[in-house]
Amino acid sequence: MSLDAEISVAVGEFELHLDLDVADGEVVAVLGPNGSGKTTLLRTLAGLQPLSSGHITLDGRVLDDPAAKVLVAPESRQCGMIFQDYLLFPHLTAVANVAFGLRSRGTNKSEANGRALKWLGRMEVAHRAQAKPHQLSGGEAQRVALARVLATDPQLLLLDEPMAALDAGARGAVRHQLRRHLAAFTGACVLVTHDPLDAAAIADRLVIIEAGRITQQGTLKEITTRPRSSYIAGLMGLNLLSASASGTTIVLANGATLEAASRANGETLVVIAPQSISLHLDRPDGSPRNMWPTRVSEIHLIGDRARVLLGDPVPVAAEITAISLAELGLTEGSPVWASVKATQVDTFPANGGQ
Amino acid sequence: MAFLAVPLIGLLTKVSWGTLWQDLTTPVALDALKLSLVCSLWATGLSLILGVPLAWVLARTQLPGRNLVRALAILPMVLPPVVGGVALLLAFGRDGLLGRPLYSLFGIQFPFTTAGAVLAETFVAMPFLIITVEAALHSMDGRYEEAAANLGAGRWRTFRHVTLPIIAPSLIAGAALTWARALGEFGATITFAGNIQGRTQTLPLAVYLELQSNEGVAIAMSLALLTFSIVVLVALRGRWLGAIRR
Repeated sequence: MSLDAEISVAVGEFELHLDLDVADGEVVAVLGPNGSGKTTLLRTLAGLQPLSSGHITLDGRVLDDPAAKVLVAPESRQCGMIFQDYLLFPHLTAVANVAFGLRSRGTNKSEANGRALKWLGRMEVAHRAQAKPHQLSGGEAQRVALARVLATDPQLLLLDEPMAALDAGARGAVRHQLRRHLAAFTGACVLVTHDPLDAAAIADRLVIIEAGRITQQGTLKEITTRPRSSYIAGLMGLNLLSASASGTTIVLANGATLEAASRANGETLVVIAPQSISLHLDRPDGSPRNMWPTRVSEIHLIGDRARVLLGDPVPVAAEITAISLAELGLTEGSPVWASVKATQVDTFPANGGQ
Repeated sequence: MAFLAVPLIGLLTKVSWGTLWQDLTTPVALDALKLSLVCSLWATGLSLILGVPLAWVLARTQLPGRNLVRALAILPMVLPPVVGGVALLLAFGRDGLLGRPLYSLFGIQFPFTTAGAVLAETFVAMPFLIITVEAALHSMDGRYEEAAANLGAGRWRTFRHVTLPIIAPSLIAGAALTWARALGEFGATITFAGNIQGRTQTLPLAVYLELQSNEGVAIAMSLALLTFSIVVLVALRGRWLGAIRR
Protein backbone atom coordinates (compact mmCIF):
# COMPACT_ATOMS: atom_id res chain seq x y z
CA MET A 1 0.00 0.00 0.00
CA SER A 2 1.58 3.24 -1.10
CA LEU A 3 -0.60 5.90 0.50
CA ASP A 4 -2.15 5.15 3.85
CA ALA A 5 -4.04 8.06 5.34
CA GLU A 6 -6.40 8.48 8.24
CA ILE A 7 -7.45 12.07 7.97
CA SER A 8 -9.10 14.21 10.57
CA VAL A 9 -8.95 17.94 10.16
CA ALA A 10 -11.01 20.94 11.19
CA VAL A 11 -10.90 24.18 9.22
CA GLY A 12 -13.10 26.70 10.98
CA GLU A 13 -16.55 25.12 11.25
CA PHE A 14 -15.79 22.49 8.64
CA GLU A 15 -14.59 19.02 9.59
CA LEU A 16 -13.17 16.29 7.38
CA HIS A 17 -12.88 12.70 8.61
CA LEU A 18 -11.94 9.91 6.24
CA ASP A 19 -9.61 6.99 5.63
CA LEU A 20 -7.94 6.70 2.25
CA ASP A 21 -5.61 3.99 0.95
CA VAL A 22 -4.19 4.18 -2.55
CA ALA A 23 -1.92 1.55 -4.09
CA ASP A 24 1.00 2.29 -6.39
CA GLY A 25 -0.21 2.78 -9.94
CA GLU A 26 -3.80 3.19 -8.79
CA VAL A 27 -5.86 6.25 -9.66
CA VAL A 28 -8.56 7.10 -7.14
CA ALA A 29 -11.13 9.74 -8.01
CA VAL A 30 -12.65 11.67 -5.14
CA LEU A 31 -16.06 13.02 -6.08
CA GLY A 32 -18.24 15.29 -4.05
CA PRO A 33 -20.38 18.41 -4.15
CA ASN A 34 -18.84 21.85 -3.61
CA GLY A 35 -17.71 22.30 -0.02
CA SER A 36 -17.58 18.57 0.68
CA GLY A 37 -13.88 18.74 1.55
CA LYS A 38 -12.27 17.52 -1.68
CA THR A 39 -9.69 20.29 -1.92
CA THR A 40 -9.04 20.21 1.83
CA LEU A 41 -8.24 16.51 1.47
CA LEU A 42 -5.63 17.23 -1.20
CA ARG A 43 -4.17 20.09 0.84
CA THR A 44 -3.64 17.81 3.84
CA LEU A 45 -1.90 15.24 1.63
CA ALA A 46 0.34 17.95 0.12
CA GLY A 47 1.17 19.35 3.55
CA LEU A 48 -0.52 22.69 2.96
CA GLN A 49 -3.04 21.95 5.72
CA PRO A 50 -1.85 20.11 8.85
CA LEU A 51 -3.97 17.29 10.29
CA SER A 52 -5.80 17.74 13.58
CA SER A 53 -5.44 14.03 14.27
CA GLY A 54 -4.82 10.81 12.36
CA HIS A 55 -1.82 10.16 10.14
CA ILE A 56 -0.56 10.26 6.57
CA THR A 57 1.99 7.64 5.53
CA LEU A 58 3.49 7.49 2.06
CA ASP A 59 5.63 4.48 1.10
CA GLY A 60 6.20 3.79 4.77
CA ARG A 61 7.33 7.34 5.57
CA VAL A 62 5.19 9.25 8.05
CA LEU A 63 4.38 12.69 6.61
CA ASP A 64 1.92 13.92 9.19
CA ASP A 65 1.07 12.52 12.60
CA PRO A 66 0.05 15.09 15.22
CA ALA A 67 0.12 12.48 18.02
CA ALA A 68 3.79 11.75 17.27
CA LYS A 69 4.46 15.44 16.52
CA VAL A 70 5.58 14.67 12.98
CA LEU A 71 4.82 17.15 10.21
CA VAL A 72 6.87 17.11 7.02
CA ALA A 73 6.89 20.49 5.22
CA PRO A 74 5.31 20.63 1.73
CA GLU A 75 8.70 21.21 0.06
CA SER A 76 10.11 18.06 1.70
CA ARG A 77 7.31 15.77 0.51
CA GLN A 78 7.15 13.92 -2.79
CA CYS A 79 3.51 14.83 -3.40
CA GLY A 80 3.16 16.58 -6.74
CA MET A 81 -0.04 18.59 -6.99
CA ILE A 82 -1.82 19.89 -10.08
CA PHE A 83 -3.80 22.89 -8.87
CA GLN A 84 -7.24 23.68 -10.21
CA ASP A 85 -6.10 26.44 -12.57
CA TYR A 86 -2.62 24.92 -12.90
CA LEU A 87 -0.84 27.94 -11.33
CA LEU A 88 1.96 27.99 -13.86
CA PHE A 89 4.32 30.80 -12.81
CA PRO A 90 3.24 33.66 -15.07
CA HIS A 91 6.73 35.19 -15.44
CA LEU A 92 8.43 31.95 -16.53
CA THR A 93 8.35 30.14 -19.86
CA ALA A 94 6.86 26.65 -20.05
CA VAL A 95 10.29 25.03 -19.92
CA ALA A 96 11.41 27.21 -16.99
CA ASN A 97 8.22 26.27 -15.15
CA VAL A 98 9.04 22.59 -15.59
CA ALA A 99 12.69 23.13 -14.64
CA PHE A 100 11.67 25.00 -11.46
CA GLY A 101 11.05 21.88 -9.38
CA LEU A 102 14.28 20.25 -10.52
CA ARG A 103 16.27 23.42 -9.74
CA SER A 104 14.60 23.57 -6.31
CA ARG A 105 15.85 20.05 -5.64
CA GLY A 106 19.41 20.94 -6.52
CA THR A 107 19.72 19.91 -10.17
CA ASN A 108 22.06 22.23 -12.08
CA LYS A 109 20.67 24.58 -14.67
CA SER A 110 21.59 22.89 -17.93
CA GLU A 111 20.56 19.46 -16.76
CA ALA A 112 17.29 20.77 -15.35
CA ASN A 113 16.53 22.42 -18.68
CA GLY A 114 17.35 19.26 -20.59
CA ARG A 115 15.12 17.14 -18.41
CA ALA A 116 12.35 19.75 -18.52
CA LEU A 117 12.42 19.65 -22.33
CA LYS A 118 12.25 15.86 -22.25
CA TRP A 119 9.18 15.99 -20.01
CA LEU A 120 7.51 18.55 -22.26
CA GLY A 121 8.22 16.16 -25.12
CA ARG A 122 6.62 13.26 -23.29
CA MET A 123 3.55 15.42 -22.67
CA GLU A 124 3.56 16.42 -26.35
CA VAL A 125 4.06 20.13 -25.70
CA ALA A 126 7.79 20.45 -26.51
CA HIS A 127 6.95 22.89 -29.30
CA ARG A 128 5.52 25.29 -26.67
CA ALA A 129 8.67 25.24 -24.49
CA GLN A 130 9.38 28.95 -24.92
CA ALA A 131 5.76 30.11 -24.53
CA LYS A 132 4.63 32.03 -21.46
CA PRO A 133 1.65 30.53 -19.59
CA HIS A 134 -0.80 33.16 -20.86
CA GLN A 135 0.00 32.10 -24.44
CA LEU A 136 -0.93 28.45 -23.80
CA SER A 137 -4.33 26.90 -24.43
CA GLY A 138 -6.06 25.23 -21.48
CA GLY A 139 -5.06 21.76 -22.63
CA GLU A 140 -1.44 22.81 -23.20
CA ALA A 141 -1.28 24.49 -19.80
CA GLN A 142 -2.58 21.30 -18.19
CA ARG A 143 0.13 19.24 -19.86
CA VAL A 144 2.85 21.73 -18.88
CA ALA A 145 1.55 21.57 -15.29
CA LEU A 146 1.64 17.77 -15.47
CA ALA A 147 5.19 17.83 -16.85
CA ARG A 148 6.21 20.28 -14.11
CA VAL A 149 4.95 17.97 -11.38
CA LEU A 150 6.07 14.66 -12.93
CA ALA A 151 9.58 16.04 -13.50
CA THR A 152 10.05 16.16 -9.71
CA ASP A 153 9.48 12.39 -9.57
CA PRO A 154 6.60 12.40 -7.06
CA GLN A 155 5.50 9.27 -5.18
CA LEU A 156 2.00 10.65 -4.95
CA LEU A 157 0.22 12.66 -7.60
CA LEU A 158 -2.65 14.95 -6.62
CA LEU A 159 -4.97 16.51 -9.18
CA ASP A 160 -7.46 19.17 -8.12
CA GLU A 161 -10.28 19.48 -10.67
CA PRO A 162 -7.89 19.21 -13.62
CA MET A 163 -10.70 19.74 -16.15
CA ALA A 164 -12.44 22.68 -14.49
CA ALA A 165 -10.32 25.31 -16.26
CA LEU A 166 -11.07 23.91 -19.72
CA ASP A 167 -13.96 24.88 -21.93
CA ALA A 168 -16.52 22.17 -22.54
CA GLY A 169 -15.45 21.61 -26.13
CA ALA A 170 -11.88 20.71 -25.21
CA ARG A 171 -12.73 18.43 -22.29
CA GLY A 172 -13.37 15.17 -24.07
CA ALA A 173 -10.06 15.14 -25.92
CA VAL A 174 -8.06 16.40 -22.93
CA ARG A 175 -9.65 13.77 -20.70
CA HIS A 176 -8.39 11.00 -22.95
CA GLN A 177 -4.93 12.58 -23.13
CA LEU A 178 -4.75 12.90 -19.36
CA ARG A 179 -5.82 9.29 -18.96
CA ARG A 180 -3.01 8.21 -21.29
CA HIS A 181 -0.39 10.30 -19.51
CA LEU A 182 -1.49 9.12 -16.08
CA ALA A 183 -1.36 5.50 -17.18
CA ALA A 184 2.44 5.80 -17.39
CA PHE A 185 2.67 7.09 -13.81
CA THR A 186 3.75 4.39 -11.38
CA GLY A 187 2.96 6.09 -8.05
CA ALA A 188 -0.35 6.57 -6.30
CA CYS A 189 -2.71 9.15 -7.74
CA VAL A 190 -5.65 11.00 -6.21
CA LEU A 191 -7.92 12.96 -8.53
CA VAL A 192 -10.52 15.36 -7.21
CA THR A 193 -13.45 16.20 -9.42
CA HIS A 194 -17.16 16.90 -9.38
CA ASP A 195 -17.64 15.47 -12.86
CA PRO A 196 -18.45 11.74 -13.00
CA LEU A 197 -17.21 11.64 -16.60
CA ASP A 198 -13.68 12.60 -15.43
CA ALA A 199 -13.87 9.88 -12.84
CA ALA A 200 -15.15 7.34 -15.36
CA ALA A 201 -12.43 8.26 -17.83
CA ILE A 202 -9.44 8.37 -15.55
CA ALA A 203 -9.94 6.54 -12.27
CA ASP A 204 -9.75 2.91 -11.22
CA ARG A 205 -11.79 3.47 -8.10
CA LEU A 206 -14.18 6.14 -6.87
CA VAL A 207 -14.55 7.63 -3.44
CA ILE A 208 -17.60 9.80 -2.90
CA ILE A 209 -17.46 12.32 -0.08
CA GLU A 210 -20.25 14.48 1.24
CA ALA A 211 -19.93 16.99 4.08
CA GLY A 212 -16.46 15.77 4.98
CA ARG A 213 -17.21 12.04 5.11
CA ILE A 214 -17.08 9.13 2.69
CA THR A 215 -20.58 8.09 1.69
CA GLN A 216 -19.63 5.40 -0.80
CA GLN A 217 -16.62 3.92 -2.55
CA GLY A 218 -15.99 1.31 -5.17
CA THR A 219 -15.74 0.92 -8.92
CA LEU A 220 -17.78 3.09 -11.23
CA LYS A 221 -20.04 0.15 -12.04
CA GLU A 222 -20.71 -0.73 -8.39
CA ILE A 223 -21.58 2.84 -7.56
CA THR A 224 -23.75 3.40 -10.60
CA THR A 225 -25.77 0.25 -9.97
CA ARG A 226 -26.24 0.81 -6.25
CA PRO A 227 -25.98 4.52 -5.38
CA ARG A 228 -26.23 4.98 -1.62
CA SER A 229 -27.29 8.63 -1.40
CA SER A 230 -29.49 10.94 -3.39
CA TYR A 231 -26.44 13.01 -4.31
CA ILE A 232 -24.74 9.95 -5.75
CA ALA A 233 -27.89 8.88 -7.55
CA GLY A 234 -28.18 12.31 -9.16
CA LEU A 235 -24.47 12.50 -9.90
CA MET A 236 -24.33 9.01 -11.31
CA GLY A 237 -27.53 9.21 -13.29
CA LEU A 238 -25.34 8.36 -16.25
CA ASN A 239 -26.17 5.67 -18.73
CA LEU A 240 -23.57 2.98 -18.44
CA LEU A 241 -23.59 0.10 -20.97
CA SER A 242 -21.29 -2.87 -21.44
CA ALA A 243 -20.24 -3.37 -25.03
CA SER A 244 -17.42 -4.34 -27.27
CA ALA A 245 -15.86 -1.84 -29.61
CA SER A 246 -13.97 -2.01 -32.83
CA GLY A 247 -12.85 1.40 -34.04
CA THR A 248 -15.70 3.85 -33.64
CA THR A 249 -18.41 1.19 -33.82
CA ILE A 250 -19.76 -0.16 -30.55
CA VAL A 251 -21.76 -3.38 -30.34
CA LEU A 252 -23.96 -3.79 -27.28
CA ALA A 253 -24.59 -7.13 -25.62
CA ASN A 254 -28.00 -7.42 -27.38
CA GLY A 255 -26.47 -6.75 -30.80
CA ALA A 256 -27.51 -3.10 -31.18
CA THR A 257 -24.78 -0.77 -32.44
CA LEU A 258 -23.77 2.80 -31.62
CA GLU A 259 -21.23 5.13 -33.22
CA ALA A 260 -18.69 6.94 -31.02
CA ALA A 261 -16.39 9.77 -32.06
CA SER A 262 -13.22 8.32 -30.52
CA ARG A 263 -11.77 4.94 -31.36
CA ALA A 264 -11.59 1.98 -28.99
CA ASN A 265 -11.13 -1.76 -29.22
CA GLY A 266 -12.30 -4.71 -27.16
CA GLU A 267 -14.42 -4.78 -24.02
CA THR A 268 -15.72 -1.28 -23.41
CA LEU A 269 -17.86 0.69 -21.06
CA VAL A 270 -20.11 3.15 -22.86
CA VAL A 271 -21.14 6.27 -20.98
CA ILE A 272 -23.90 8.54 -22.25
CA ALA A 273 -25.18 11.52 -20.30
CA PRO A 274 -29.01 11.45 -20.18
CA GLN A 275 -29.12 15.15 -21.16
CA SER A 276 -27.41 14.39 -24.45
CA ILE A 277 -30.17 12.07 -25.67
CA SER A 278 -32.90 13.82 -27.68
CA LEU A 279 -36.40 12.48 -28.14
CA HIS A 280 -38.59 12.99 -31.24
CA LEU A 281 -42.04 11.84 -32.32
CA ASP A 282 -40.92 11.26 -35.92
CA ARG A 283 -37.68 10.12 -37.50
CA PRO A 284 -35.39 13.13 -36.86
CA ASP A 285 -34.11 15.27 -39.75
CA GLY A 286 -30.45 16.01 -40.15
CA SER A 287 -27.91 13.34 -39.50
CA PRO A 288 -27.29 12.48 -35.89
CA ARG A 289 -24.98 9.46 -36.10
CA ASN A 290 -27.09 7.47 -33.67
CA MET A 291 -30.87 7.26 -33.92
CA TRP A 292 -33.30 4.50 -33.27
CA PRO A 293 -37.03 3.95 -32.73
CA THR A 294 -38.04 2.66 -29.32
CA ARG A 295 -40.73 2.84 -26.66
CA VAL A 296 -40.96 4.75 -23.39
CA SER A 297 -40.85 2.32 -20.48
CA GLU A 298 -40.99 4.71 -17.50
CA ILE A 299 -41.19 8.45 -16.81
CA HIS A 300 -39.94 10.11 -13.61
CA LEU A 301 -40.50 13.78 -12.98
CA ILE A 302 -37.77 15.48 -10.91
CA GLY A 303 -38.65 19.15 -10.48
CA ASP A 304 -38.85 20.68 -13.95
CA ARG A 305 -36.86 17.84 -15.49
CA ALA A 306 -38.19 14.53 -16.72
CA ARG A 307 -36.19 11.32 -16.77
CA VAL A 308 -37.54 9.12 -19.55
CA LEU A 309 -36.45 5.49 -19.46
CA LEU A 310 -36.34 3.86 -22.89
CA GLY A 311 -36.75 0.18 -23.74
CA ASP A 312 -34.82 -1.94 -26.23
CA PRO A 313 -32.72 -1.85 -28.33
CA VAL A 314 -30.67 0.65 -26.28
CA PRO A 315 -31.86 0.64 -22.65
CA VAL A 316 -30.94 4.14 -21.53
CA ALA A 317 -32.48 7.09 -19.71
CA ALA A 318 -33.00 10.41 -21.46
CA GLU A 319 -33.39 13.62 -19.51
CA ILE A 320 -35.55 16.35 -21.01
CA THR A 321 -37.43 19.33 -19.61
CA ALA A 322 -40.92 18.85 -18.29
CA ILE A 323 -42.08 21.31 -20.97
CA SER A 324 -40.65 19.18 -23.79
CA LEU A 325 -42.25 16.14 -22.22
CA ALA A 326 -45.63 17.88 -22.34
CA GLU A 327 -45.05 19.05 -25.93
CA LEU A 328 -44.13 15.54 -27.04
CA GLY A 329 -47.12 14.20 -25.17
CA LEU A 330 -45.23 11.11 -24.06
CA THR A 331 -46.65 8.54 -21.67
CA GLU A 332 -45.44 5.12 -20.66
CA GLY A 333 -45.56 2.86 -23.69
CA SER A 334 -45.48 5.70 -26.29
CA PRO A 335 -43.41 5.03 -29.41
CA VAL A 336 -40.57 7.52 -29.76
CA TRP A 337 -37.36 8.20 -31.73
CA ALA A 338 -34.16 8.68 -29.75
CA SER A 339 -30.99 10.27 -31.09
CA VAL A 340 -27.54 11.07 -29.73
CA LYS A 341 -24.46 12.57 -31.36
CA ALA A 342 -21.42 10.36 -31.76
CA THR A 343 -19.37 12.95 -29.82
CA GLN A 344 -21.64 12.39 -26.80
CA VAL A 345 -20.95 8.66 -26.72
CA ASP A 346 -17.91 8.16 -24.49
CA THR A 347 -16.08 4.87 -24.33
CA PHE A 348 -13.68 3.54 -21.69
CA PRO A 349 -11.96 0.17 -21.37
CA ALA A 350 -14.21 -2.09 -19.30
CA ASN A 351 -11.59 -3.03 -16.71
CA GLY A 352 -11.48 0.54 -15.39
CA GLY A 353 -8.17 1.57 -16.89
CA GLN A 354 -5.60 -0.94 -15.67
CA MET B 1 -7.91 72.58 -10.78
CA ALA B 2 -6.66 76.17 -11.00
CA PHE B 3 -5.62 75.89 -7.37
CA LEU B 4 -3.38 72.98 -8.39
CA ALA B 5 -2.11 74.48 -11.61
CA VAL B 6 -1.44 78.14 -10.69
CA PRO B 7 1.57 77.52 -8.43
CA LEU B 8 3.19 75.39 -11.15
CA ILE B 9 2.56 78.08 -13.76
CA GLY B 10 3.91 80.63 -11.30
CA LEU B 11 7.10 78.64 -10.96
CA LEU B 12 7.48 78.14 -14.70
CA THR B 13 6.93 81.85 -15.54
CA LYS B 14 9.60 82.90 -13.04
CA VAL B 15 12.27 80.62 -14.51
CA SER B 16 14.94 82.71 -16.25
CA TRP B 17 15.54 80.29 -19.08
CA GLY B 18 18.59 82.19 -20.37
CA THR B 19 20.63 81.72 -17.20
CA LEU B 20 19.15 78.32 -16.29
CA TRP B 21 22.27 76.34 -17.12
CA GLN B 22 24.47 78.88 -15.30
CA ASP B 23 22.19 78.76 -12.24
CA LEU B 24 22.19 74.97 -12.16
CA THR B 25 25.96 74.73 -12.39
CA THR B 26 26.73 77.08 -9.50
CA PRO B 27 28.74 75.21 -6.82
CA VAL B 28 25.82 75.32 -4.39
CA ALA B 29 23.39 73.84 -6.91
CA LEU B 30 25.84 71.24 -8.23
CA ASP B 31 26.73 70.07 -4.70
CA ALA B 32 23.08 69.88 -3.73
CA LEU B 33 22.12 68.04 -6.91
CA LYS B 34 24.89 65.48 -6.48
CA LEU B 35 24.19 65.02 -2.78
CA SER B 36 20.45 64.71 -3.37
CA LEU B 37 20.93 61.95 -5.92
CA VAL B 38 23.39 60.07 -3.71
CA CYS B 39 21.28 60.37 -0.56
CA SER B 40 17.96 59.57 -2.20
CA LEU B 41 19.36 56.50 -3.96
CA TRP B 42 20.94 55.27 -0.72
CA ALA B 43 17.66 55.88 1.09
CA THR B 44 15.78 53.94 -1.60
CA GLY B 45 18.29 51.09 -1.36
CA LEU B 46 18.08 50.98 2.44
CA SER B 47 14.29 51.05 2.24
CA LEU B 48 14.36 48.08 -0.11
CA ILE B 49 16.74 46.12 2.10
CA LEU B 50 14.79 46.82 5.30
CA GLY B 51 11.29 47.40 3.95
CA VAL B 52 10.77 44.38 1.70
CA PRO B 53 11.49 41.79 4.42
CA LEU B 54 9.35 43.78 6.85
CA ALA B 55 6.48 43.91 4.36
CA TRP B 56 6.84 40.14 3.85
CA VAL B 57 6.71 39.50 7.59
CA LEU B 58 3.61 41.71 7.89
CA ALA B 59 1.85 40.05 4.95
CA ARG B 60 2.86 36.41 5.31
CA THR B 61 3.48 35.55 8.95
CA GLN B 62 1.28 35.34 12.01
CA LEU B 63 3.79 37.35 14.07
CA PRO B 64 2.10 38.52 17.26
CA GLY B 65 1.88 42.32 17.45
CA ARG B 66 1.85 42.65 13.65
CA ASN B 67 -0.60 45.51 13.79
CA LEU B 68 1.60 47.46 16.18
CA VAL B 69 4.63 46.89 13.94
CA ARG B 70 2.61 48.02 10.92
CA ALA B 71 1.44 51.15 12.75
CA LEU B 72 5.04 51.98 13.69
CA ALA B 73 6.22 51.39 10.14
CA ILE B 74 3.55 53.67 8.68
CA LEU B 75 3.80 56.36 11.37
CA PRO B 76 6.52 58.44 9.62
CA MET B 77 4.08 58.98 6.74
CA VAL B 78 1.69 60.95 8.91
CA LEU B 79 4.21 62.32 11.40
CA PRO B 80 5.36 65.92 10.73
CA PRO B 81 8.89 65.43 9.33
CA VAL B 82 10.31 67.94 11.83
CA VAL B 83 9.09 65.73 14.66
CA GLY B 84 10.72 62.80 12.89
CA GLY B 85 13.94 64.77 12.82
CA VAL B 86 13.72 65.55 16.53
CA ALA B 87 13.02 61.88 17.28
CA LEU B 88 15.98 60.80 15.18
CA LEU B 89 18.15 63.33 16.99
CA LEU B 90 17.10 61.95 20.37
CA ALA B 91 17.83 58.40 19.19
CA PHE B 92 20.88 58.79 16.99
CA GLY B 93 22.27 62.19 18.10
CA ARG B 94 25.58 62.19 19.92
CA ASP B 95 23.74 62.15 23.24
CA GLY B 96 20.98 59.92 21.90
CA LEU B 97 19.76 56.55 23.03
CA LEU B 98 21.74 54.68 20.37
CA GLY B 99 23.89 57.58 19.21
CA ARG B 100 25.96 57.76 22.36
CA PRO B 101 27.17 54.11 22.40
CA LEU B 102 27.65 54.21 18.61
CA TYR B 103 29.86 57.28 18.96
CA SER B 104 31.82 56.18 22.02
CA LEU B 105 32.36 52.60 20.80
CA PHE B 106 32.81 53.04 17.06
CA GLY B 107 33.18 56.78 16.55
CA ILE B 108 30.09 56.72 14.32
CA GLN B 109 27.96 59.85 14.33
CA PHE B 110 24.98 60.82 12.22
CA PRO B 111 24.17 64.50 12.82
CA PHE B 112 25.89 66.80 10.34
CA THR B 113 26.99 63.86 8.16
CA THR B 114 25.76 62.55 4.83
CA ALA B 115 24.88 59.28 6.59
CA GLY B 116 22.56 61.34 8.79
CA ALA B 117 20.84 62.80 5.73
CA VAL B 118 20.41 59.28 4.32
CA LEU B 119 18.99 58.09 7.64
CA ALA B 120 16.50 60.97 7.78
CA GLU B 121 15.34 60.37 4.21
CA THR B 122 15.01 56.61 4.80
CA PHE B 123 12.97 57.18 7.96
CA VAL B 124 10.50 59.39 6.13
CA ALA B 125 10.34 57.55 2.80
CA MET B 126 10.39 53.85 3.74
CA PRO B 127 6.67 53.65 4.68
CA PHE B 128 5.80 54.24 1.01
CA LEU B 129 7.71 51.11 0.08
CA ILE B 130 6.33 49.05 2.95
CA ILE B 131 2.67 49.78 2.23
CA THR B 132 3.04 49.29 -1.53
CA VAL B 133 4.84 45.97 -1.16
CA GLU B 134 2.58 44.71 1.61
CA ALA B 135 -0.49 45.52 -0.49
CA ALA B 136 1.06 43.72 -3.46
CA LEU B 137 1.77 40.65 -1.33
CA HIS B 138 -1.79 40.62 -0.06
CA SER B 139 -3.33 40.97 -3.51
CA MET B 140 -1.06 38.34 -5.06
CA ASP B 141 -2.52 34.83 -5.31
CA GLY B 142 -0.77 33.08 -2.42
CA ARG B 143 -1.32 29.70 -4.05
CA TYR B 144 1.63 30.42 -6.37
CA GLU B 145 3.80 30.17 -3.27
CA GLU B 146 2.08 26.92 -2.32
CA ALA B 147 2.74 25.60 -5.82
CA ALA B 148 6.42 26.51 -5.44
CA ALA B 149 6.63 24.74 -2.06
CA ASN B 150 4.87 21.76 -3.58
CA LEU B 151 7.62 21.59 -6.22
CA GLY B 152 10.25 21.50 -3.49
CA ALA B 153 11.23 25.17 -3.19
CA GLY B 154 12.08 26.43 0.29
CA ARG B 155 10.93 29.81 1.59
CA TRP B 156 13.87 31.79 0.25
CA ARG B 157 13.80 30.22 -3.22
CA THR B 158 10.04 30.72 -3.37
CA PHE B 159 10.41 34.36 -2.39
CA ARG B 160 13.31 35.05 -4.77
CA HIS B 161 12.01 33.20 -7.84
CA VAL B 162 8.23 33.33 -7.51
CA THR B 163 7.02 36.06 -5.15
CA LEU B 164 9.47 38.81 -6.16
CA PRO B 165 8.96 38.49 -9.93
CA ILE B 166 5.18 38.40 -9.50
CA ILE B 167 5.11 41.56 -7.36
CA ALA B 168 7.91 43.25 -9.37
CA PRO B 169 5.65 45.92 -10.93
CA SER B 170 4.44 47.01 -7.49
CA LEU B 171 7.96 46.80 -6.08
CA ILE B 172 9.25 49.13 -8.78
CA ALA B 173 6.33 51.53 -8.30
CA GLY B 174 6.94 51.50 -4.53
CA ALA B 175 10.65 52.12 -4.99
CA ALA B 176 9.94 55.04 -7.33
CA LEU B 177 7.53 56.61 -4.84
CA THR B 178 10.07 56.08 -2.07
CA TRP B 179 12.79 57.69 -4.14
CA ALA B 180 10.60 60.69 -4.97
CA ARG B 181 9.70 61.12 -1.30
CA ALA B 182 13.35 60.84 -0.25
CA LEU B 183 14.40 63.36 -2.89
CA GLY B 184 11.93 65.92 -1.57
CA GLU B 185 12.70 65.34 2.12
CA PHE B 186 13.22 68.59 4.02
CA GLY B 187 12.03 68.73 7.63
CA ALA B 188 13.64 65.64 9.12
CA THR B 189 16.89 66.21 7.23
CA ILE B 190 17.38 69.82 8.31
CA THR B 191 16.45 69.01 11.91
CA PHE B 192 18.54 65.87 12.26
CA ALA B 193 21.41 66.27 9.82
CA GLY B 194 21.72 70.04 9.54
CA ASN B 195 22.28 72.16 6.47
CA ILE B 196 25.93 71.87 5.43
CA GLN B 197 26.75 72.36 1.77
CA GLY B 198 28.18 69.22 0.19
CA ARG B 199 27.43 67.07 3.25
CA THR B 200 23.82 67.38 4.26
CA GLN B 201 22.48 70.18 2.09
CA THR B 202 20.20 68.36 -0.33
CA LEU B 203 18.22 70.15 -3.07
CA PRO B 204 15.18 71.11 -0.97
CA LEU B 205 17.45 72.54 1.76
CA ALA B 206 19.49 74.45 -0.81
CA VAL B 207 16.30 75.80 -2.43
CA TYR B 208 15.09 77.06 0.94
CA LEU B 209 18.43 78.74 1.72
CA GLU B 210 19.04 80.23 -1.73
CA LEU B 211 15.54 81.65 -1.90
CA GLN B 212 16.68 84.27 0.67
CA SER B 213 19.84 85.26 -1.25
CA ASN B 214 19.75 84.07 -4.85
CA GLU B 215 16.26 83.55 -6.18
CA GLY B 216 17.38 82.50 -9.67
CA VAL B 217 19.38 79.55 -8.39
CA ALA B 218 16.51 78.52 -6.06
CA ILE B 219 14.04 78.57 -8.93
CA ALA B 220 16.40 76.62 -11.19
CA MET B 221 16.80 73.93 -8.50
CA SER B 222 13.03 73.85 -7.96
CA LEU B 223 12.64 73.24 -11.66
CA ALA B 224 15.10 70.32 -11.38
CA LEU B 225 13.02 68.82 -8.55
CA LEU B 226 9.83 69.34 -10.54
CA THR B 227 11.42 67.54 -13.49
CA PHE B 228 12.34 64.55 -11.30
CA SER B 229 8.76 64.39 -10.02
CA ILE B 230 7.35 64.43 -13.54
CA VAL B 231 9.78 61.71 -14.64
CA VAL B 232 8.60 59.51 -11.74
CA LEU B 233 4.96 60.17 -12.60
CA VAL B 234 5.43 59.31 -16.26
CA ALA B 235 7.51 56.23 -15.45
CA LEU B 236 4.91 54.98 -12.96
CA ARG B 237 2.12 55.61 -15.39
CA GLY B 238 3.86 53.40 -17.96
CA ARG B 239 4.46 50.79 -15.27
CA TRP B 240 0.87 50.80 -14.14
CA LEU B 241 -0.46 50.55 -17.65
CA GLY B 242 2.05 47.80 -18.30
CA ALA B 243 0.86 45.94 -15.23
CA ILE B 244 -2.74 46.19 -16.37
CA ARG B 245 -1.91 44.99 -19.87
CA ARG B 246 -0.11 41.86 -18.72
